[in-house]
Order: sequence, then C-alpha cells, then structure tokens
Amino acid sequence: MQRIKETLTHWLQSGQVDRVLGWKEGDMPGLREPAFFENAEELKSLCYDAFCGPNLSKFLIAAGEKDGVTAVVLKPCDSYSLNELIRENRVQRDRVKILAVPCEGNIDPRVFENRGVLSVSIEGDQLHLTTLYGEENEPLARCFLERCTVCRGGRHAVYDELLCPEAEETPQKGDRFEAVRELEEKSEEERYAFWQETFSRCIRCNACRNACPACNCRECVFDGAALDSRQKAAAVPFEESLFHIVRAYHVTGRCTDCGECSRVCPSHIPLHLLNRKMILDINTLYGPYQAGDSDKGRSPLTDYTPDDCEPNQGKGA
Amino acid sequence: MPVKESFTPKIVAFCCNWCSYAGADLAGSSRLSYPADVKIIRVPCSCRVNPMFLLRAFQKGADGVILCGCHPGDCHYSTGNYYARRRMTLLFSMLSYLGIEKERTRVEWVSAAEGARFASVMNDFVGTVQKLGPCRRLEDVRCKE
Repeated sequence: MQRIKETLTHWLQSGQVDRVLGWKEGDMPGLREPAFFENAEELKSLCYDAFCGPNLSKFLIAAGEKDGVTAVVLKPCDSYSLNELIRENRVQRDRVKILAVPCEGNIDPRVFENRGVLSVSIEGDQLHLTTLYGEENEPLARCFLERCTVCRGGRHAVYDELLCPEAEETPQKGDRFEAVRELEEKSEEERYAFWQETFSRCIRCNACRNACPACNCRECVFDGAALDSRQKAAAVPFEESLFHIVRAYHVTGRCTDCGECSRVCPSHIPLHLLNRKMILDINTLYGPYQAGDSDKGRSPLTDYTPDDCEPNQGKGA
Repeated sequence: MPVKESFTPKIVAFCCNWCSYAGADLAGSSRLSYPADVKIIRVPCSCRVNPMFLLRAFQKGADGVILCGCHPGDCHYSTGNYYARRRMTLLFSMLSYLGIEKERTRVEWVSAAEGARFASVMNDFVGTVQKLGPCRRLEDVRCKE
C-alpha cells in the first residue's frame, strides 16, 4: 500500500502523469469506489485492499477525453480488460501509465449485505464484522467473489511498472468452466427452467452493461426507443432474455471474463455463466483464445477459417 | 363437423440476394412447392443478418428462423458467409444453452441454381417446426401490441 502511494505520488510530482485513477473508501463499510486523484494531497485518500473490487479499465475511455496521461492501478484481471480496450483502439496506450498491483482476491460484499454492518476488516483468516447486533466473524476463504475462487493467476497482461514481480507467478485456481459444463449436461427443459428463474429476477437496471469494460459502445442498442420493451416491465419471466442474450453476445470474443457483470448485479444473476459459455465454445470450436492477452490480432468473431464447423451441427449445448 | 385445428408455424427466412434469394426464385419458376408459411426477407449477404434480427423475429412471434446464404467459398463478397457462419454457430449454441429448441434455428447454404434444394430445405424446416409447435419461449408480449 505504502509503495503504491509512493510510486503514484512520484509519478504525479515528476509530471509523468496528470491524474491518477484508483480507489477510495466508498459510502458504505467494506465498499470501495473508483476515483480520480489530481495531486499528492488528494492521493492520501487512495486505498488498495481486498475490498477494491471495481475494474478501473473502463474509466480510462472517459479519461482519454481529457488531456495528458492518466496513471491507473490495475489488478491482474483488470489488465486484460485494458489490453482489450487498447486492441480495440478505445484507449491509447501512450496516454495511460499502468501500475500493476498484486491481488489476493476480492471480498464479495454480499457476504455482509443486509447484516447491519458498521465496519468490516480482515483479521488473519477471518473477515471481522462489527454490526448493529454485535461482533461477527466469517471464515475468509468463504468470502471471496466467485471470479476469485476460479482465479486465472497473477499475471498482468499489460503494465508499465510491476509492483510485485513474484506475484505474477500465482497459479490458476479451479476450473472456471465447471458450472457451464454442469448446465450443458442438463436437459433442455431443465436449462430453460434455470434461466427462466434466473432472468425473472432481472430488474433491467443495466448495471452489468455499465460496469462491463467490453460493453463500451458510444450508443447502446438498448438505449434507443427501437425496442418496444423499453420502459415496460416484463410481463412473463423470460422476457428479459433478449437483453441478456444480446449483452452476452455483443461481448463474445472480447469478454476477458473479469467477472464485473456478476459482481455488480443487484439481483445476483450469474451473468458469467453466459459469458463463459461463449468463451468455452470459442475455445472448443475455434481454438483457445483469451481476450486481452494481446493488444493486436483479431478476435474470433472477426476472423474465420474456410473449414469452420456448421452452425446446425455446432456443439449445441 | 368439428374443424380440426392445425398449427401453421410462422417461419422467417433470411435469404442472401445473390444465391438463396435467386434459389427461391428458381424454385418458384420451376413450380416447385414449398409452404406459404415461409416469409422471405431478402438481405444483401448472409453476414448482413445481425443476430438481433433473428431474436426480434422470435420476439414478435416467429416459430422458426432460417438463414440462407451462398455456399462457403461462393460468397458474392468473398467472405461474408464465413463470418455469418461463426456468428450463427455461437448464437445457436447460446440459444440452446438457454433451453430454446435448437431445431427452431437453422442455417442452410443454397446456391442460385439449387431451386429444388431450396424447396426441400423449406419443406423440411417447416415440418420440423410444425412438430415442435408454437415458440413461446422467446416471445415478448410487450412487442406485440
């Protein structure tokens, strides 16, 4: 933490960067929010800990409209998102300076949701909560975001300065496609029932779209009046499916699986299951591909080979 | 005498201007029959079809959607159908993952000389969808006022 602040203060004071994008304490205990810092004084309120969930990459699109260079603090997952934005020319590489920080997993705020928490802290292997009703502890291992339980490892895809080179070697955890495969094995009826129940919880707040670094069109198809569903509540449980299909489809081949969509969903919809299904299909049908791995090249949907499989025989589910 | 109610599916067929639409034309001028439930929408190329077009058709009450284009390698614009092929492969896979019957969506390559093939593809597809019955899963009643 100290080293992060020192580095960033040095960058600011030496004029290498004009502003810093990082996190500061949020309004509620255990929440951190993205913030811009313009000088060393403001930088004092910067924080970095396991509660810093938000992916900062997307904010660099807006920062690119200002003059000068923006410094950004990136966790490993977030660096893939930024690299993808650089590939798509949404962020200019020479206008950002990246400080790569190690990550040991982010705490899922849902663990202490609706419990009247006054403060949250990590003590050893416990998450310590001070609530209106007294002191409580949760085993830390059970408090991580879903994306952190299947962490892809500590490697950063892009950076200017690496704070902790040894953390780059952090190995991958678990199999992120396990849940997708389980769902694929179910019958059509069961899958439909699952998604019907899941989508019925959607309140169309658009948080998944707004938080997603890959969802960055200047004008979103869902913002126009062309779809008659706008401003009307769904009448049947599966009616928001179009939004979810199209949202997941529009990021296909560009989704780095950073898990922001599922993290921000107020209705706890496992949106990553849709994204990962597409990633899994791309990997099996068109060869392994990790969006954000490189800032060059074509994504699978803007590429082809003459002997691709036929849609009707596609792997299906 | 009771009237036997039979279900006639609504089928939307996106046909590329250069091959499949001409194939449909040939089917017509060769007097081959295919069901009148197939509504053809002519598109410049199969890759002009945004996946949203298919989904919108289902939302508004289509029971099956088929996309027809030139055979791979024969695209008028050289590569359009290759892109369409990948797009539709992933879209169909996602629909199936969500529990939509995969028989309701199809891609077929029909050239301008294959009028007979056009008719048989349409007969087969309409027959398949007819067996499945009406598509309620992707319907959106908000779009149908």
